[in-house]
Amino acid sequence: MKLINCPINGVRPVSEFVFGGELREMPDPDQCSDADWATYVHHRNGAPGLKKEWWYHAPSGTWFIAERNTMTEEIVRTYLFGQEEEK
Amino acid sequence: MPYRLLKFALKKEHDEPRFFRALETPKKSYDAVIIGGGGHGLAAAYYLAKDHGITNVAVLERGYIGGGNTGRNTTIVRSNYLTPEGVNFYDASVKIYEGLSEELDLNLFYSTRGHFTLAHTESAMRTMRWRAEVNKHVGVESYVVGPDEIAKACPQLDLSCSGKAPILGALFHAPGSVARHDAVAWGYARGADRLGVEIFQNTEVTGIDVQGGKVAGVQTSRGYIATNRVLSAVAGFTPRVCKMVDVKTPIVIHPLQACVTEPMKPWLDTILVSGSLHVYVSQSSRGELVMGSSLDPYEVHSTRSSLDFVEGLTSHMLDMFPFLSNIKVVRQWAGMADMTPDFAPIMGKTPVDGFYLDAGWGTWGFKATPISGKTMAETIARDKAPELIHSFRLSRFEDYELTGEKGAASVGH
Ligand SMILES: Cc1cc2nc3c(=O)[nH]c(=O)nc-3n(C[C@H](O)[C@H](O)[C@H](O)COP(=O)(O)OP(=O)(O)OC[C@H]3O[C@@H](n4cnc5c(N)ncnc54)[C@H](O)[C@@H]3O)c2cc1C
Repeated sequence: MKLINCPINGVRPVSEFVFGGELREMPDPDQCSDADWATYVHHRNGAPGLKKEWWYHAPSGTWFIAERNTMTEEIVRTYLFGQEEEK
Repeated sequence: MPYRLLKFALKKEHDEPRFFRALETPKKSYDAVIIGGGGHGLAAAYYLAKDHGITNVAVLERGYIGGGNTGRNTTIVRSNYLTPEGVNFYDASVKIYEGLSEELDLNLFYSTRGHFTLAHTESAMRTMRWRAEVNKHVGVESYVVGPDEIAKACPQLDLSCSGKAPILGALFHAPGSVARHDAVAWGYARGADRLGVEIFQNTEVTGIDVQGGKVAGVQTSRGYIATNRVLSAVAGFTPRVCKMVDVKTPIVIHPLQACVTEPMKPWLDTILVSGSLHVYVSQSSRGELVMGSSLDPYEVHSTRSSLDFVEGLTSHMLDMFPFLSNIKVVRQWAGMADMTPDFAPIMGKTPVDGFYLDAGWGTWGFKATPISGKTMAETIARDKAPELIHSFRLSRFEDYELTGEKGAASVGH
């Protein structure tokens, strides 16, 4: 069974988690061009690599960030959003 | 016994006729280069040569032909989609498939079985009625049936699904078929090769040379090849190839898994799909049940299999067919599905001149192999996409003109 380390609840089975997609910077809708906004809305960085992703621990309602290699499925580290430095 | 067979049996040496030449050294340049020797790339090569007389074409395949999603899919061919664009497009593919064994002079085991999409809820019934009406309107044979007709077509099915999800009805789609996937790749490869197309296996494209916004050539593991026209038909590798030319797409890669049981005597004549139970199943000509389920829930770029998948799938199979409890699963595998947000493909031109895209085939692209090959060949030959694939263009995203295909494509295949 795959395990994920939830920053609040510790190591739990992957079935307790929901994938939330890659962490992405939202451009300022008032400043950016229509084309850049459409890119933000629709396009994704689909190529493999080490990515920062949103994950959700469903039983406790915890959203957090996991740094995961999307080729090997290895999770390098997990932390609450904004608390990257403290780890 | 035919005389030819007898003679063959008595011969000491049996030559193995090749389907296509075993080429190793590409030429310095081609009129067009196709990345990816899956069904789509090979079909595009075949129609470029056959329909448009463009034969100075190379197909480059990093592994072996048909070794990608083409050789990993559950081979369901159907056209009972939800949008008129989708139904028209897939119907054109079904029509080519019906005569394809003859055209390619190869038995593709194309077998029309009829296809039931089971509805376990009122809202699913509503979608079935909607699809039936759209299909009828476009001239495709689909209609809603009740439990009695399902029971007649498949008496082995527990209509209550172990009491968990009673079946209220289904969308029946008469042309629903299965075919032999490898043969589709080999048939197109042989056809293209005979017309002069060169196929290179174990040949990976590692970069695309773009000069002044135009394609000038490709870097490969067998050296540089000059060309002005490149088709990317690489399914699960699309984001990697698009990165080479900096073309942005919404495509994300999720594994899609499948498995087969040990062979049994033929008992399942039709193709059955249940969206609620996340199951689709047909019986192959070898007697195996070919089964698949929904996508893996997160992005992974690999073809690993998981126990979670077989456990989930088989428990739902047992809800439908309790008598299978002592039947064994003998093989499982995965492919990399190139998913789009609107469950429609991305086909046609891109912002880079001479770089054409045939992608976003996710969990549903095997059925489209012939028509995508044909329409992409036309796009490359004329540098203009035909009307049939206009709504699948990459620029639909910046135009906010997504298709509404999700309801018919998700688990249905
Ligand atoms: C488990 C599963 C079940 C499915 N079931 C169905 C179904 O029932 N019905 C249906 O219609 N569809 C189904 N699909 C979807 C279908 O299989 C695909 O959409 C379709 O086969 C895509 O064909 P293709 O030729 O575009 O891609 P592929 O067959 O994947 O071919 C792409 C090729 O490109 C090669 N390649 C990649 N990168 C490079 C490079 N840089 N250089 C050279 N070569 C490269 C790869 O090696 C590969 O061989 C299923 C998919 C899966 C995984």
